[in-house]
Amino acid sequence: MGSRRDAEALVDALGASGAALRPGGEEDAVGGCVPRIVAVPPDPGAAAALMAAAARHRLVTVARGHGTKPVWGGVPERCDVLIDTGRLNGVDHATGDLVVRVGAGTPMAELEAELAKAGQRLSVDAVVAGSTVGGVVATGLSGPLRLLHGPVRDLVIGMTTVLADGATASSGGRVVKNVAGYDLGKLHTGALGTLGLITSVTFRLHPVPPARRFVRVSVEPGDSAAVCDAARALRASQLVPSAIELDWPVDGPPELQVLVEGAESGVGRRAAAAAALLGGRAGVGTEPPEGWGELPGAPDDLLLKLAYPLTGLPEALDVLRSAAADAGVGVAVRGSAGTGIMYAALPRSAAAEEAAVDAVSRLRAAPGDGRASFPDAARAPRPRHPHLPGARDEIPGLALMRAVKDRFDPHHLLSPGRIAGGV
Amino acid sequence: MPEPVRALIPRLRAICGDDGVITDTAQRRTYESDALTYHAAVPGVVVLPTGTEQVAAVVRLCAEHGVPFVPRGAGTGLSAGALPRDDGVLVTTSRMRRIHEIDIDNACAVVEPGVANLDITRAAAPHGYYYAPDPSSQQVCSVGGNVAENSGGAHCLKYGFTANHVLGLEVVTPGGEVVRLGGKAPEAPGYDLIGAFVGSEGTLGIATEITVRLTRAPERVSTVLAAFATTDAGGAAVSAIIAAGVLPSAVEMMDALSIEAAEQAVACGYPKGAGAVLIVELDGPASDVEAYAAVVERLCREAGAFEIRAADDPDERARIWKGRKSAFAAVGRISPAYIVQDGVVPRTALPDVLRRIAELSARSGIRVANVFHAGDGNLHPLVLFDDAEPGAAERAAEVSGAILDLCIEHGGSITGEHGVGVDKACHMPAMFGPSDLDAFDRLRRAFDPQGIANPEKLLPTPRLCGERPAVRKGEHPLVAEGAGDVF
Ligand SMILES: Cc1cc2nc3c(=O)[nH]c(=O)nc-3n(C[C@H](O)[C@H](O)[C@H](O)COP(=O)(O)OP(=O)(O)OC[C@H]3O[C@@H](n4cnc5c(N)ncnc54)[C@H](O)[C@@H]3O)c2cc1C
Ligand SMILES: Cc1cc2nc3c(=O)[nH]c(=O)nc-3n(C[C@H](O)[C@H](O)[C@H](O)COP(=O)(O)OP(=O)(O)OC[C@H]3O[C@@H](n4cnc5c(N)ncnc54)[C@H](O)[C@@H]3O)c2cc1C
Repeated sequence: MGSRRDAEALVDALGASGAALRPGGEEDAVGGCVPRIVAVPPDPGAAAALMAAAARHRLVTVARGHGTKPVWGGVPERCDVLIDTGRLNGVDHATGDLVVRVGAGTPMAELEAELAKAGQRLSVDAVVAGSTVGGVVATGLSGPLRLLHGPVRDLVIGMTTVLADGATASSGGRVVKNVAGYDLGKLHTGALGTLGLITSVTFRLHPVPPARRFVRVSVEPGDSAAVCDAARALRASQLVPSAIELDWPVDGPPELQVLVEGAESGVGRRAAAAAALLGGRAGVGTEPPEGWGELPGAPDDLLLKLAYPLTGLPEALDVLRSAAADAGVGVAVRGSAGTGIMYAALPRSAAAEEAAVDAVSRLRAAPGDGRASFPDAARAPRPRHPHLPGARDEIPGLALMRAVKDRFDPHHLLSPGRIAGGV
Repeated sequence: MPEPVRALIPRLRAICGDDGVITDTAQRRTYESDALTYHAAVPGVVVLPTGTEQVAAVVRLCAEHGVPFVPRGAGTGLSAGALPRDDGVLVTTSRMRRIHEIDIDNACAVVEPGVANLDITRAAAPHGYYYAPDPSSQQVCSVGGNVAENSGGAHCLKYGFTANHVLGLEVVTPGGEVVRLGGKAPEAPGYDLIGAFVGSEGTLGIATEITVRLTRAPERVSTVLAAFATTDAGGAAVSAIIAAGVLPSAVEMMDALSIEAAEQAVACGYPKGAGAVLIVELDGPASDVEAYAAVVERLCREAGAFEIRAADDPDERARIWKGRKSAFAAVGRISPAYIVQDGVVPRTALPDVLRRIAELSARSGIRVANVFHAGDGNLHPLVLFDDAEPGAAERAAEVSGAILDLCIEHGGSITGEHGVGVDKACHMPAMFGPSDLDAFDRLRRAFDPQGIANPEKLLPTPRLCGERPAVRKGEHPLVAEGAGDVF
């Protein structure tokens, strides 16, 4: 924990990089792990020099964007140097090419504002206020728009990273169509900073659609199968919704929320058709429903994530809801019923932890392609995994993932232990 | 046949059966190249496995003996990615052509790698779905080859490339292990190894089963053909369409020379006197298509289009596409030989790059026909020459190389869809620096430490490209130098 002598020694080791340095404090803790020093590189060159110096001294580095609670994935095993990406910012918007290159530390909000001036958008929901571009890419998380535009990785066309040893490596480029070299941008997306520090990302953009409507329908009866059938019917329709969200509060019927976007002349008709298809009493509006794209529940709740094929979703929801009911706790569910990615929140209590662990264990034991997980270490049952069967070794492809990690970061200096499977 | 390969043959026969191993020289010769016939080599031996277990056993055998293997699908590749090795095993997926499942409820299909791209759409069409990536070779090219090349098609402007449509893979690693990545669920924990594998050109292993996303067939499709006096005017129309916030599913352009060739070959009936034709296709909800088609027509007219045709039914659409789709073959009829380039430039650089290509052509006396995916800046200049004329091939190759340099100079790419293969491996250092290439190499060695999976493809090697002192391997010098200095 940041003693003055320790910090001075680290300043000696890292000072020549040009990064601003200060001792780490409690407010910098990454999942309880207080960094020995916080470094703010002023530009990508300094970031590379910093990483090289850190590597030379075998110091563990952890990247931080805005630090909107940086323990998605898991708590890193160690943290010597916290690299704050705040000054690796800037937006270079090639309007006519519908492409933007943006510094990793740039807040998503700033990027959005810049793009909006030209009537364009990055079709990724900035789910948490304050998130940086690097944080959103490193976590690889997506919100409602994923249904139409795909996950974040589908919109990344180029990336520059600093690898563990300080080497700067770019892949992809500035054109939307490009198959030269391996697509390392996809590898870094969602890698939680364990393969390199992202310094800039180039994205493909979309025009902001001229008009939009939100359609909201309560699904009766409120059972998982009915909800998922309705979502599937929408997906199979000709209405091309941009998002199909489910909001299922603790008490109250589930509500399907559909976003249609497009030409002004068509959205009204499409929204009406969506409402008719769902057969309920629909509300149609132009503004998003409350909580749109946000996680369910309260910030301290236990948080579960379900990622299931559409046909597997009802059963997963049933297992979860019945485990919660048996334990006498409420569960709030929200997420993308159109893609099969759903979050659930349970108010933290001993009973809720039991219920959550029970549900996840049962879901993992079931055959099929889906997966239930605790995505945010800070909001997982504590201690994190004791009852979960094989949480660390059951992931398909883990041996390859380890091999990749070993090649990119042979001394395991980048947020070690953060990725599923302990990579 | 080199001895190490010969020694494997009895065991290969035990794995794939007698009819699954080709040793006869004349028969092996039929596999000597992909569609880029300029590069050719007779494979040491060809195997035709019928399933994952056979592929894995073959690869394990190669790994045990350090013998290289080259995966091959339908052999339609245009970068010599499937170029065989005389000291290696060519693993062909032509006997792995089963469609395991069309799962409409989850909008996906599970297929073997040898299945032809179009066969997925044929199987899904009765349900109102299709497989979106549509390379022009889709009747024959294999899904495994598409995965390896991250292939695109005319409609990737809106729908993306193969990478955006692969949900799951079963892969035989270069060590011979069978690994499942992803599946029908929307995402899988850990690193996105599917993202890394798609586009890896057979260098990270062999895909033995592929789960692809199916796309709902659109309610309405509308195709607009607009004729302009010049490619500049056509280019201005493209820019205006994009700036207006329209996202067409395809935007294709042809210049005067390629129009002339297509006219001669298939009498496509494009407007007389056109210096450029633009094909813009829109799809989606009928209301959107109607609204945007009107915008497209107006913008084309404003940019100087002197004739516009719109087609809403499949027959009329097919007539509009006929010229474009036959362009490559057509050019073959007006020139004894040609090189197809595949460079990419930012869309806004198109007019400038086209002018520079015209200058190059005028200076060298080599004709260049331009057919391209204008929406995403992917150029397919056809560099025409007479292979009977001494020195012509070399001059054409020079022009073709100079076009790639132009693409790089404008911040583009050396390949938009055909891949690097052998053909462009030596161009990689023009686009990527030493540490970029080193990062690629790290990924490759993570999958293939022995270096036996499709060696000498995708990345430059000293043997192919000459020694490049800047390319380094292994630990970063800084780390090595300071290794003792640990806190
Ligand atoms: C529906 C939804 C709701 C969410 N709600 C919440 C929420 O309520 N609270 C919450 O904390 N999160 C939430 N998340 C996750 C959140 O989106 C991300 O954690 C956040 O976007 C990260 O941005 P940041 O700049 O704050 O990054 P940080 O939190 O600083 O970092 C996040 C991770 O990315 C890594 N990282 C950051 N920058 C880089 C870089 N340049 N290079 C390499 N690695 C880097 C960090 O090391 C860390 O692992 C939600 C996600 C979704 C999909
Ligand atoms: C007339 C014509 C038009 C074309 N149009 C287009 C187009 O519009 N868009 C486009 O993108 N391409 C196009 N191509 C190029 C080509 O069709 C594609 O690259 C296609 O994906 C190759 O598939 P294939 O089965 O023929 O692969 P092959 O040529 O057999 O192999 C290509 C590469 O894939 C590897 N490979 C094959 N199968 C596997 C497997 N199962 N696992 C791992 N690696 C494997 C090979 O080693 C090789 O590196 C065209 C080609 C022709 C001849």
